[in-house]
Amino acid sequence: MLRRNLLGYSAAAATVIGGTLFAGWWQVDGPGAPNPIGQRPLPLTEMDFQLTDHDGRTVGPDTLIGKTSMVFFGFTYCPDVCPTTLSDISAWLDDLGDDATDINVVLITVDPDRDTVDALADYVGYFHPSVRGWTGENDQILSAANGFRVRYEKVPTDNDDYTMNHTAGVFLFDAAGNFSGTIDYHEPREFAVPKIRQALANPNEETT
Amino acid sequence: MNSILKTLGASVVAIAGLAGTAWAEEPTVIVEDAWSRASIGMNRPGAAYMTIRNLGAETETLVGIRTDLAMMPEIHLSATNEQGVSTMTPMGDIEIAPDETVALEPGELHVMLMRLSRPMIEGETFALTLVFVDGDEATVEVPILGIAARGPTN
Repeated sequence: MLRRNLLGYSAAAATVIGGTLFAGWWQVDGPGAPNPIGQRPLPLTEMDFQLTDHDGRTVGPDTLIGKTSMVFFGFTYCPDVCPTTLSDISAWLDDLGDDATDINVVLITVDPDRDTVDALADYVGYFHPSVRGWTGENDQILSAANGFRVRYEKVPTDNDDYTMNHTAGVFLFDAAGNFSGTIDYHEPREFAVPKIRQALANPNEETT
Repeated sequence: MNSILKTLGASVVAIAGLAGTAWAEEPTVIVEDAWSRASIGMNRPGAAYMTIRNLGAETETLVGIRTDLAMMPEIHLSATNEQGVSTMTPMGDIEIAPDETVALEPGELHVMLMRLSRPMIEGETFALTLVFVDGDEATVEVPILGIAARGPTN
């Protein structure tokens, strides 16, 4: 009897976990039990995914090791937040001047169905030349999002179309691939640029 | 900004004129700092931004947007929740109290231009009409800036 109850609980727990992973995965990570450490991106060295950049090259987390990196998720059919983030990033890079050449800047699409390699190539060309666009198979995008602790969800709109909800922050990693901090959406430039400089200056020190 | 205000003058007066009130010469709603970003082709939705000031004594309710540039123009709200997840939702009617200003700006309220009828080309403008609940309308010429523009002045 006791054993059956335990099994019942396990099954219930498995159902809850499964439900969280699927339907409710993106919503809330355990209300009342925030775990900031668990929600930080993994070090790049512990991530595992394979994508294609907007020049058609195979890329993955290893591609980013060796330089400071700024990574964010978005999609090119996003009319407001994504171009604004890209404009913000372009302005930060302009502020950094020559130092910007030592930074990987990557947009990983959460909408690979529409953001093909060609679509990304069209799009990123309008922003700072350092910006790279990465796309790939849905399962690989999901693996990447899991590594960065990013959530995304397809949301139907009333014209038989859809938009994407997605985590909007910009993740910073030092050259060794350690997570160095997040620049929140619309964070003022006077806060953002020092964070990037910190990631550039402390290649082996986790700061946030 | 000033140049936009000037070009708006006529249309703003025209709105009040439609209402046919005694104070028809006094604009009750002023639209300023309108701008938008160029699009890549026509598949992706565009966005337009502006500030809408209610100078009148009554609350103005914005109920719709019209432009020949897009078949489905709507006001949407971008928001970022505590988990940093960005969402976008249609706003429906927007009430603007007397002396209030509603700002449509990046990452906040914006006009979402869905189903473009032509590409948004940098350097061009398009007419966008705000429709209020009492039937009054305000039409503004929206400049199309670069795809990486950050505000009305660049």
